[in-house]
Amino acid sequence: MKKMLFPLRRTIDSGEGLGAEHPASAPVSIDDMTVAYHRRPVLWDIEYDSPEGELIGIVGPNGAGKSTLIKAIMDLVPMAAGRVRIYGEPYTRHRRLVGYVPQRESVDWDFPVNALDVVAMGRYGEIGWCRRVSRSHKDASMAALDRVGMADYARRQISQLSGGQQQRVFLARALAQDAKIYFMDEPLAGVDAATEQAIIALLQDLITGGKTVFVVHHDLQTVADYFSHLILLNMRIVASGPTREVFTEENLRKTYGGKLQLLDEASQALARGGI
Amino acid sequence: MNWMMIDTWTVIAGMLSALSCALLGNFLVLRRMSLMGDAISHAVLPGLAIAFFVTGTRDSFPMFLGASVVGVATAVFTQWISHFGKVEEGAAMGVVFTTLFAIGLILIVHAADHVDLDPGCVLYGTLALTPLNTTTVWGFDVPRVVVSLGAVLALNAITLSLLYKEFKISAFDPDLSTTLGIHSGLMHYLLMGLVAVTTVASFESVGSILVIAMLIVPGAAAFMFTDRLPVMIGLSLVIAVLCAGFGHLGAIVVPGWFGFEGTSTSSAGMMAVVAGLIFVVAVVAAPRYGIVTKFVHRWQISMTILREDILGLIYRLEEHDVTGPTVVPGMLKDAMGVNQLYSKFSLWSLARAGQLRRKDDGAYRITSDGRDSARLLVRSHRLWETYLHHHLHLAPDHVHPTAEQLEHITDARMREELEVDTDQPSKDPHGREIPRT
Repeated sequence: MKKMLFPLRRTIDSGEGLGAEHPASAPVSIDDMTVAYHRRPVLWDIEYDSPEGELIGIVGPNGAGKSTLIKAIMDLVPMAAGRVRIYGEPYTRHRRLVGYVPQRESVDWDFPVNALDVVAMGRYGEIGWCRRVSRSHKDASMAALDRVGMADYARRQISQLSGGQQQRVFLARALAQDAKIYFMDEPLAGVDAATEQAIIALLQDLITGGKTVFVVHHDLQTVADYFSHLILLNMRIVASGPTREVFTEENLRKTYGGKLQLLDEASQALARGGI
Repeated sequence: MNWMMIDTWTVIAGMLSALSCALLGNFLVLRRMSLMGDAISHAVLPGLAIAFFVTGTRDSFPMFLGASVVGVATAVFTQWISHFGKVEEGAAMGVVFTTLFAIGLILIVHAADHVDLDPGCVLYGTLALTPLNTTTVWGFDVPRVVVSLGAVLALNAITLSLLYKEFKISAFDPDLSTTLGIHSGLMHYLLMGLVAVTTVASFESVGSILVIAMLIVPGAAAFMFTDRLPVMIGLSLVIAVLCAGFGHLGAIVVPGWFGFEGTSTSSAGMMAVVAGLIFVVAVVAAPRYGIVTKFVHRWQISMTILREDILGLIYRLEEHDVTGPTVVPGMLKDAMGVNQLYSKFSLWSLARAGQLRRKDDGAYRITSDGRDSARLLVRSHRLWETYLHHHLHLAPDHVHPTAEQLEHITDARMREELEVDTDQPSKDPHGREIPRT
């Protein structure tokens, strides 16, 4: 029924015969994805195969569809067309392998739960319907809090935490889920410099442990330092691949269009990074 | 006052209904959709009427079914209208439930020619008649309404305790919930279905006003008292019981206060009024978000600032070669525009903290402890002035008011950073000495 609303819809490929060009083992592979809100397309013709065990930055201007891309992969917004595969299978079959860290502003921090409760939510999928959170799940959640240096704040109501601490609680929740692929929506937004470094170290840790991590990121200055791979996005994928190959002035100009101030920033970053 | 068996049954019916509603209300409040309860409780009316037209009876089961379907439909329509019509959710809700309620009223008024479906009883219910229609349970005569309300309470309690963590996560973080396989949309409609069933069961006995009050008030009031969800749910249930008990008591007693001896008013109405009063108490007195708490907190801050300003004042007097300056409450009025009571209190509390010493003539003199605190404060003040002058290029005569505010929130770490950023200055922009620690 929804499809009739989108005149821009393309015919959905049957999916047969595409297996050859898309390696079945790729953590995330996207075929011809189009997403639209109210008939207005926000993402067009997304084709992407991700590498495994890399820290992948998703970069682009406001309204480029960065959050929409990760939400569409996780089936949170409907696709008008296209297909997503997680390790060669539909997302719904590999739900448990995929962890999500939403934007910090997306939840109500006055909610009457403490940090440990929030982290334990990461294990709800594993615990299963109608079951209680057992001792062992609480221990695992506590260990995750400890890993982000927040063990002392386990019993704090979440509104009493600073922005950086809230973000670390969100990360601990993702750790508690123990996924293989993570999608993080601006985990570095509004955190202080020390927390930013701590988070990046943690993400690098995850990569060392064989995880694949996607991070929506805003700050072009730090892109080259943090990410080994990039997706440059502005409704379409402008470029994707290893950072040293795709983080070029030309690609950035294509991604950011006429937004001069950002371009200035970017060219500074390029000069500093010596790329 | 005469308390009879009838009164007991009335209170029990009211309590069961209030408890069922309060349980669900917690999650409505947390999802910021308290008014959805209001909307559904109105919108189920056509469901009731249609069920009646189709079956021709007032049996509970078809009524339940009709109302539940329309209740969930209300939630679905609201979602559609706000999504496709691009209107705010509250407006969408308003459109849906007023329309459905109106349709329901028309149907009922039309039906009223033939049967006893009374629009008035929809609002206030017929709580007083509760004990008259009884049925036998295990050999006891129990009002029919108490049985059905008890069943609904059991349904709500069992569902919420089985799916406690699912309701929690889908209210807190719907997107994450969905990615973990707990579909937040499904949980939403499940909650709305329970609201619809509860509403219908409560309708006939307590009426829609009490249902709406109990869906919103206990949860909202409990939220102000705690930051733990289980405690919040427990408190909301206590509040629900209090409302039912005191509401009925009030309905019997209160009319007497106004000269209507021997009569009583609507119990359901009075229960809702008690709920309102409890909420007012919560708003005023709650430890976390209450008005009193906020007031006390603000007062404490302003007293701290005043005390620090007094120390700063004495320190500056000493700088101006006033030897052994003393302070009396009256001076503060002239120097800072502080009233007598505040001055006295702040001087007294400084003396108690050992920062000032009260002499026999009633004047206060600074102690060495007090001088140390004052020195830090003045140091923060002048470092800030230097910082503002250097980094924000404010003129020296513009930096004082800002520094005056910032000095009170500056701790040791911030002072260190200020020192580094201002290259360890010895004088502030006005040329005054910055005291060393």
